[in-house]
Amino acid sequence: MSLGESATPLGTARGLGSARQGGEHWLTERVTSIALLLLGTWLIASLLLLPSLDQRTVFEWLRAPSGAVPMALLIVIGFKHALDGMKVVVDDYVHDPGNNFAVNTVLLFLAVGGAALSLFALARIALGGGA
Amino acid sequence: MAKAPPRPLSPHLTVWRWGPHMLVSILHRVTGAGLSIVGLAVLTWWLTALAGGTEAYATFAKAAAHPVGIIVLIGLTWAFFQHLFSGIRHLVMDTGAGFELGTNKRFAILTLVASLLLTALLWVYILEYRA
Repeated sequence: MSLGESATPLGTARGLGSARQGGEHWLTERVTSIALLLLGTWLIASLLLLPSLDQRTVFEWLRAPSGAVPMALLIVIGFKHALDGMKVVVDDYVHDPGNNFAVNTVLLFLAVGGAALSLFALARIALGGGA
Repeated sequence: MAKAPPRPLSPHLTVWRWGPHMLVSILHRVTGAGLSIVGLAVLTWWLTALAGGTEAYATFAKAAAHPVGIIVLIGLTWAFFQHLFSGIRHLVMDTGAGFELGTNKRFAILTLVASLLLTALLWVYILEYRA
């Protein structure tokens, strides 16, 4: 802060180099997107190929490892990608640091909570024994 | 930090003539937010209901088969395909390709056509042959 308060925000930041973070967030968003391309297509194709969508059929499909494992990946990667994407939107539109922190924290709790709920439900299906 | 004086801002959305690339860019955010909030909520409800047994699943299935539920599901299907194709467009553009005016515009229009076409095909099939 040697330039004091006369400096513009750009002037203050110039010369300090990058913050050395952010690249990973950007890259993670893209890598998870490729994974979701495959997992999303898997979900739609699986639902179309099931003979019926009644509780028993869908339950048996997700009880087998061939259904449970991709679904677990879809939950974890889906919520991660959603959180990463929503953070970009929030950072673009919510400028006040306090509000930005609050909104991002609420989104983090929602994402982790939703993922936990979904994974717990999936665990009950895949590991819980009979229907 | 002292409040920065108001600075001249770059003209925003209101002054540009709308083109397909602008529409697709905005839709990428809108569909992403929709999938994050509505899509993951539906996924969580579906898995929780499935784990809860036949009665909990019947409540979900009844809501999903309701006209409003079907509209939400059609909307989510379209959002998924639009976000998927627009996401592929972004991955291509991340490599530095596809920025020529004509190519960029055609690619943008293609994402809109593909998402609408796939959504229509999928739901005509579901409602005509599976319902």
